[in-house]
Amino acid sequence: MVHALIEMRGIVKTYPDVRALDGVDFTLERGQIHALVGENGAGKSTLIRILTGAERHDRGTIALDGAMIEPRTPAAAQRLGIATVYQEVNLIPDLSVAENILLGREPRSRLGWIRWGAMRERACEVLTDMGLSVDVAQSLRSCSIAVQQMIAVARAVDQQARVLVLDEPTSSLDAGETAQLFALMRRLRDRGLGIIFITHFLEQVYEVSDRVTVLRGGRCAGSYSTGDVSRLALVSAMLGKPVNEAARAGSAETPPSPAPLHRECLRAGGVFRRHAVQPFNLSLCAGEVLGLAGLLGSGRSEIVRLLFGIDQRDGGDLAINGRAIGRHSPRRAIRAGVALTPEDRRSAGLIAHLSVRENMMLALLGARGWACRLPLREQRMIAERFVRSLSIATPDLERPVAQLSGGNQQKVILARWLLMEPTILMLDEPTRGIDIGAKEQIESLIAELRAKGMAIIFISGELEEVVRVSRRVMVLRDRAVVGELTAAAISTAAVMQAIAQPPAEGDHA
Amino acid sequence: MRDSITRLLWPLMALALLLAFNAVASPAFFHWRLAEGRLASPLIDVLNQGAPVMLLALGMTLVIAAGGIDLSVGAVMAMAGAVAAHLLQHDGSVAVAIAAALAVCLAAGLWNGLLITLAGVPPIVATLILMVAGRGIAQLITDGQIITVEPESAFLAIGRGTALGLPAPVLIALVATLALSAAVRFTSLGLFIECIGGNEEASRYAGLDVRSIRLAAYAIMGLLAGLAGLIDTADIAAADANNSGLYLELDAILAVVIGGTALTGGRFSLLGSLIGAILIQSLSTTILMAEFGGRSVPVELNLVIKAAVVLIVCLLQSSELRRRLLLVTRRPGA
Repeated sequence: MVHALIEMRGIVKTYPDVRALDGVDFTLERGQIHALVGENGAGKSTLIRILTGAERHDRGTIALDGAMIEPRTPAAAQRLGIATVYQEVNLIPDLSVAENILLGREPRSRLGWIRWGAMRERACEVLTDMGLSVDVAQSLRSCSIAVQQMIAVARAVDQQARVLVLDEPTSSLDAGETAQLFALMRRLRDRGLGIIFITHFLEQVYEVSDRVTVLRGGRCAGSYSTGDVSRLALVSAMLGKPVNEAARAGSAETPPSPAPLHRECLRAGGVFRRHAVQPFNLSLCAGEVLGLAGLLGSGRSEIVRLLFGIDQRDGGDLAINGRAIGRHSPRRAIRAGVALTPEDRRSAGLIAHLSVRENMMLALLGARGWACRLPLREQRMIAERFVRSLSIATPDLERPVAQLSGGNQQKVILARWLLMEPTILMLDEPTRGIDIGAKEQIESLIAELRAKGMAIIFISGELEEVVRVSRRVMVLRDRAVVGELTAAAISTAAVMQAIAQPPAEGDHA
Repeated sequence: MRDSITRLLWPLMALALLLAFNAVASPAFFHWRLAEGRLASPLIDVLNQGAPVMLLALGMTLVIAAGGIDLSVGAVMAMAGAVAAHLLQHDGSVAVAIAAALAVCLAAGLWNGLLITLAGVPPIVATLILMVAGRGIAQLITDGQIITVEPESAFLAIGRGTALGLPAPVLIALVATLALSAAVRFTSLGLFIECIGGNEEASRYAGLDVRSIRLAAYAIMGLLAGLAGLIDTADIAAADANNSGLYLELDAILAVVIGGTALTGGRFSLLGSLIGAILIQSLSTTILMAEFGGRSVPVELNLVIKAAVVLIVCLLQSSELRRRLLLVTRRPGA
């Protein structure tokens, strides 16, 4: 009997508060490109960390070529022939290409000196062998990200890797660079390597992989031969919705969008940013909730970051409350009446060591400038009011915000923006990682604010939530807006349908 | 509030220990007398001689809290002295000399700030540039000579004058402390500095003007370094471009660290840094005054002893080390 290259059986991994993997099976054959897909928290990275020795599993077995293995460190996994290339290349940018490829295995003379000539020759051989022509003497930093990634692959292959794990290698590559990398992957596959390819891009799964495994909530939600599985079935498996439900709604046509109810307060025409999001149009009216739906990495967050001025757009027109915006910045956005609660609370939302009150007052004080003096008593009064109206559970206002639960931290950030009385409120994953109670509160708060005439952009990875909350939904795929659903046409099935639609000719850049 | 008191605990304890040591080793340390309308005591001398570092430490606290560092403050002190002495020599009025010196130092602070915020030069490199160049500029102004100030010039009052029974430098440091404390407490400046030092990205998302805030911290630092330079120059009645403020940037950074402000930025304590500066100065004075068996401590030991004490204070502050020590002491019992 011929063994598979990698056989993982019944892998279980439990963290103190969550079961990350719950009996996952995964098989990789020789000469196979195996795509691994799934939404946030599906368990992809945990599975890979276990395979590459960065983490130990609690139960289950891993076999390499039929022999049980239990890599305890990444180095041990590497000795077994399992190599990983991460999204952020983990090489040394200031060393030369040759040094990076042969680091730790430099050809040496009898005296222990490095033989530079031999080293360059050897590196050259490795690269030519893989069909790359790169000057091996130049520093790695001067290469494009794509080439750096391919050099990382070359290093792995030269270390006799038999299994290659590519963790979101294409997320910062443009179309041409992606094609280059795919060509290399195919070449290595044809030589018998097994490649695990993690990606958020549905199209790339179809473009390059032979087999695709979907993880969801720590379980295997399906494993298919890529040629045999429809996009819709794949999206259904990722989101955990039955296919027939999605298929039924497939025929539902989007009705013409009704005339705007209120004054338009946000308009974007052809706004784009390279490597982030393709040109999109967007219009938002007062008293409207616009949902942005799409898989992880589809460009949802990138859109609100552009609208809020965190990132500069590379082109397109933007008008907020009727005024054209030139060079954008968060301060300008805030002055124009826009607020954004960011996706990553910890790194972009909270100042962890500051108190609940200070975190709440930050945007207001920031808008007024440093010289303004807002008496403590007044600050406390405002903060108190929002602690009550949002029912934030905190022992007192001066407690460091880091000590609050996730849901309460999110409410503190909401309070920070609500007290600014914005006309446009953008919520990026406001309900991620918070308990059910807080989730419901935030949803009803959105309804309340909408009724008061606030314009809201709502992003969530949970389709049901987007469908429940939004009056209109823009669907994104692979960093482009691919559809819009209005009013009655909004359903999880219809959204899935739009995500799964095969791209039109020339749609995929 | 309780948080800030715990952070002041270690530097205060170190200072108390040092004073207790003095009470035993050199009781003269605590002698008081009133001479020529001013209090005279080694304790006052500590504050008087420590005033420049106290001023530097105040500014350095803000700069470090905002996530930066300023190595140029010693050189900026030298610039202040050179500008003031040069103008006094050329018949400028005292007011003009002081104003011009402070203006130059403010510009120096802004220059640092602009290099960092607009050109994106890392703070340690940006201020290293002025650390070298500033002293050079001071030497150019003084033509490489020590410029003396007329003995009867009113300018000297900054370093030698007395008011309210206290030496002028002590009063200046006191006023600067009060003014800065008020500024960070009664405006949003202190909060903003803590924000950008604590989490710059989140500050940007909250709409703070990160650049201006950082610039303000460096500008304040420049002004305070200017004041320190003027005190130093008035004290010795001469502008010595080679030696004025030499290595004091390091004392200022030490004072901030001893005072419990993390070098990584964020929460800061002006009072802590002040205590740190006083601790450093009283250490020097202690070493000078201490006698063992009728023999004084050799001056050459000064720096080594200073380093040892600073090391101990910093180790005491390390919660990691305390945790480890606790584990070691508990183990035999377990």
